[in-house]
Amino acid sequence: MTLLSVEDLRVGFGRTGRETEVVHGVSFDVAAGETLAIVGESGSGKSVTAMAVNRLIDYGGGRILGGRAIYDGRIDVAAATEAEMQRLRGREIGMIFQEPMTALNPVLKVGTQIGEIFRKQHGMSGRAVRQASVRALDRVRIPDAARRLDQAPHQMSGGMLQRVMIAMALAGEPRLLIADEPTTALDVTIQAQIMALLAELQRETGTGLIFITHDIGLVAGLADRVLVMQGGKAVESGPIDRVLDRPSHDYTRHLLNAVPHFRAGQAVRTDGVRDGRAPALDVRDLAVRFPVGGGFLRRTRGEVHAVDGVSFDLVPGETLGIVGESGSGKSTTARAILNLVQPSAGAIDTEGRTAVQMVFQNPNASLNPRMDVRALLAEPVIAAGQRVDDAVVGRMRALLARVDLPDDLDRFPHEFSGGQRQRLCIARALMLNPRVLVLDEAVSALDVSVQAKVLDLLVDLQREFGLAYLFVSHDMAVVERIAHRIAVLYAGRIVEMGAARAVLSDPRHPYTRKLISAVPSIERRRIDYALDTEEVPSLLRPVGFQTPAQVWRQIGPDHRVASEQTA
Amino acid sequence: MNYVLRRLLMFPLVMLGVSVFVFVAIRLVPGDAITAMLGTESGLLTPAQRESLAAYFGLDQNWAVQYWRWLGGLVQGDLGLSVTYGQPVSQIIAERFPLTLELALLSMVIALLIGLPAGVFAATRAERPSDLIVRVFAMIGQSTPNFVVALLAIYVLSVGFGTLPTMGRFVPLTEDPLGNLAQLILPALALGTAFAAAVTRIARAAMLDILSEDYVRTARSKGFSQGYVIWRHALPNALIPVVTLSGVEFGYLLGGAVIVEQIFALPGVGRVVLDAILQRDYALVQGVVLFIAFNFLLVNLLVDLAYAALDPRIRYGAS
Amino acid sequence: MSFLRALLRHSSGRIGAIIIAVFAVAAILGLAGLTPHDPLAQDRLARLQAPGARYWMGTDLFGRDILSRLMVGIGQSFAVALLSVGLATSVGTVLGLTAAWFGRLWDGAVMRAMDVLLSFPAILLALLIVAIMGPGLVTSVVAIAIVYTPIFTRVVRGPALSLKTRSFVDAARTFGSSRRYILTRHLLANLVAPLTVQITLALAWALLTEAALSFLGLGAQPPNPSLGLMLSDSRNLMESAPWMLVFPALVIMLAVLGFNLLGDALRDLFDPRTRRALA
Repeated sequence: MTLLSVEDLRVGFGRTGRETEVVHGVSFDVAAGETLAIVGESGSGKSVTAMAVNRLIDYGGGRILGGRAIYDGRIDVAAATEAEMQRLRGREIGMIFQEPMTALNPVLKVGTQIGEIFRKQHGMSGRAVRQASVRALDRVRIPDAARRLDQAPHQMSGGMLQRVMIAMALAGEPRLLIADEPTTALDVTIQAQIMALLAELQRETGTGLIFITHDIGLVAGLADRVLVMQGGKAVESGPIDRVLDRPSHDYTRHLLNAVPHFRAGQAVRTDGVRDGRAPALDVRDLAVRFPVGGGFLRRTRGEVHAVDGVSFDLVPGETLGIVGESGSGKSTTARAILNLVQPSAGAIDTEGRTAVQMVFQNPNASLNPRMDVRALLAEPVIAAGQRVDDAVVGRMRALLARVDLPDDLDRFPHEFSGGQRQRLCIARALMLNPRVLVLDEAVSALDVSVQAKVLDLLVDLQREFGLAYLFVSHDMAVVERIAHRIAVLYAGRIVEMGAARAVLSDPRHPYTRKLISAVPSIERRRIDYALDTEEVPSLLRPVGFQTPAQVWRQIGPDHRVASEQTA
Repeated sequence: MNYVLRRLLMFPLVMLGVSVFVFVAIRLVPGDAITAMLGTESGLLTPAQRESLAAYFGLDQNWAVQYWRWLGGLVQGDLGLSVTYGQPVSQIIAERFPLTLELALLSMVIALLIGLPAGVFAATRAERPSDLIVRVFAMIGQSTPNFVVALLAIYVLSVGFGTLPTMGRFVPLTEDPLGNLAQLILPALALGTAFAAAVTRIARAAMLDILSEDYVRTARSKGFSQGYVIWRHALPNALIPVVTLSGVEFGYLLGGAVIVEQIFALPGVGRVVLDAILQRDYALVQGVVLFIAFNFLLVNLLVDLAYAALDPRIRYGAS
Repeated sequence: MSFLRALLRHSSGRIGAIIIAVFAVAAILGLAGLTPHDPLAQDRLARLQAPGARYWMGTDLFGRDILSRLMVGIGQSFAVALLSVGLATSVGTVLGLTAAWFGRLWDGAVMRAMDVLLSFPAILLALLIVAIMGPGLVTSVVAIAIVYTPIFTRVVRGPALSLKTRSFVDAARTFGSSRRYILTRHLLANLVAPLTVQITLALAWALLTEAALSFLGLGAQPPNPSLGLMLSDSRNLMESAPWMLVFPALVIMLAVLGFNLLGDALRDLFDPRTRRALA
């Protein structure tokens, strides 16, 4: 039975009568118990479409300009009054948002925010509200639900908060659920758990689900039907297998082929060379500990072992991918190499101070908005005590050309797109002819198509200049495309390391296995994600604590794994 | 460290700094203390009398000793002796403070009663004519100094109604509630105008920011009405900056409204400070200024504790 | 240039800019002595005259021209406001910037010292300083500067702390940029916007404080004209000579309003969210 039928929906923003249309006539149907995935990059209009379906768009400065959206065969959402919409929202149409950290009210307890639904929507009161709230949290597999109700949102992890969000959306017993990139802000293993939960709850309740995402690989395991959006238009739609296996539109093909998807070691680079050359970067037993203060005189109560005994080397022309989830210590490792955090122990051998340069995650934040391209590219040169002469300007122009940016030194960062800004950051990092680039989540903030292009550029530059890359990322698909070797970081330690193909196709450490099985892939359809509520162990140790040395097991010529006791 | 504990520890620390500041400031005032105390009569003193007086007041000791003694007195509630009034400073404060406190409370009530609803209302109708009217009034209110409001009010009252509020003597609330209110309403309005305008503006700005927050959208997605979303989800968050502003303004008002008290001839704390400075009664200046700073810091401490009550992120020390 | 145009397109920015421009002209003329009448000259035959053809805003008890006195008063008020805010901005910026950058003990010391200064109501702190230095215009400048220094310190320190954690500062550190370079090019350059807004608003407060001090007889000394003194003089004569009250009151209000409007407009223009809406 069709639950929602959207026909030629058009949405715009701006003053009445002078709107800019951003969704140009989209049509789709969702049936009860069915999952429709809407896939697109930023600016495709996918989120706007979702927000139009329950008319939350009205509160974001938008307006439905035309078309119809018939809910349950009885009410046209596009023409409904606000009072009618208030009856639909929550009770009929539930919604889950992208950022669980900001989607919950910071000053209200979790229990209050769930309870108010039972109060207002189901007319409950007193003890019944609390009991219903505990059941709602139990249902999304939150352990120790009764205690959680009394917590404030910031006391819970992102994954837990997203479960709370799902519990809230389901508390009104809606028949249609809209999930707007519900896992984008989460770690990949947490993402797998949320996906599993959504799939299971949908089976239980028979809810229709609209799942918005930028990751076409993610929906392969969940969706029945797919709608691909680009520039405010639906360019392709159909059953999941048909769209993924026989895409008819160029853009869909582009999303499927040009964009990095995880292929379990099948897509690794084969140009790796490790022929006994002297390493460009050699890290031995690196440790970073942060003191945790407390008490009256700020005595150190313990230390967080953010990075604990990490060793690797990197030869010219080679990429080492460091993968791990938040809190694994991967970014701290990168920052310690550049001395942005003080290492507590260990040795880092490079050829001089300027031999290692870094590219940061967010290109918007890593370029000073008040500096033009000339000043931005001049900074490393000035810092190295050199004069900015004609030769330096010549190098600026050459590098701009090399990273495919216009030859204009007077522009400011805001005049560039996100991908262009990251190219500018790369050019800046190359100004001093470094031998090693540390790339900390360097493509994570970019749209998927832009990601692919920047990765290609990085590979070209590596070949041309013989650069060594330390590529830090949470994204296995991206790492698979660029890394020759991979180190898996968990709780501050490397648990598995070796040739990219070996690690990705034959993971040995339990954590690596869990990580890899959680990565979405186009090949895996309608999988059953296993539920698992294990959390990363605390890294807080007493002062002076010495972590026992790791015991390594050699699996192949370039593949070794730490024995399990360290996890 | 725990937020509340840190605030509680900070209070005596800053208070100590304030006492040093006041002590040093008073000693930087030109002229010696004996002359300042006795005024023209000091010319009649013999050098020996001067010395014994200095010894009696401890003025022959170095600053550190003097400070230490003064601090010792403070701890026991001894703020010193006023020369011009011939009374202990603490007694003068006790007489003057009720008026100032009442005036400050009344001003704050006026400011919050007008400012909070006006600000919230304007934010929910952003960029519409009603919002514009509120903003224009708030802008004018904020730009009008309280003494201008006071003078204009007196002018309107005397020309339009041929009457003036009771001046010179304070009518306590317990003695004659209506007379008390009639006496204080104009000064409170003068002080409350800019205060109300500031509350309006900050409430509107905070509310506008919060209405575009994700969690407000979440509340809407649950099907709640506009009124409920604003009242239950947006307002508690918007109150945080309003509480800050009100706390600071109220704390300053407790220091006395020097000019408004002077215009309406009200014997409040502000008048005492002004008179004490003009009369060079330094024990009084020192004592009253310290008392005012203490009140301000106390109010700030209460505001900080109110934060902790309003926002669990602060309570549990999330950074 | 394009910024000025944007400011003039902003409705409150336009009104504020016009008011301030008019006042600036009056102030300059007043300070240069180019007033319609001598502000100190007493016309004994024209005491307490209502506004008319000869004296546009009337005369006071001594037969002095109110308009001329207002012009000189505006000049003095603006001079005091500019000097004191300039002082407070320089000192506050240095303190706030270094407190944010060096942190630890220096930060603690600076911020606690500012806490101490902030524990006094502005007018009270100014009174204390007047007590030490004696009344006068120089005292007003110093007093107002000391009152607003802690505010500038806070205004600079907060954003400086958040700028310090931005990736472009991290990047600068990886290049080995000098501290001086980072503090000026990366921190200070990005503080221009909040500082400009704060300076404009502080000018409004400084005008208020100056008027308050002179109202109490602790600022400019008679017979020098000043806005506060003129208001104070009007108190006993407001029924018979309301122009003595109305014109100075209006002048203070408008001057403060002008800076407030300008500050609001600047805040809008610097705020990326509203800038998008205005474009």
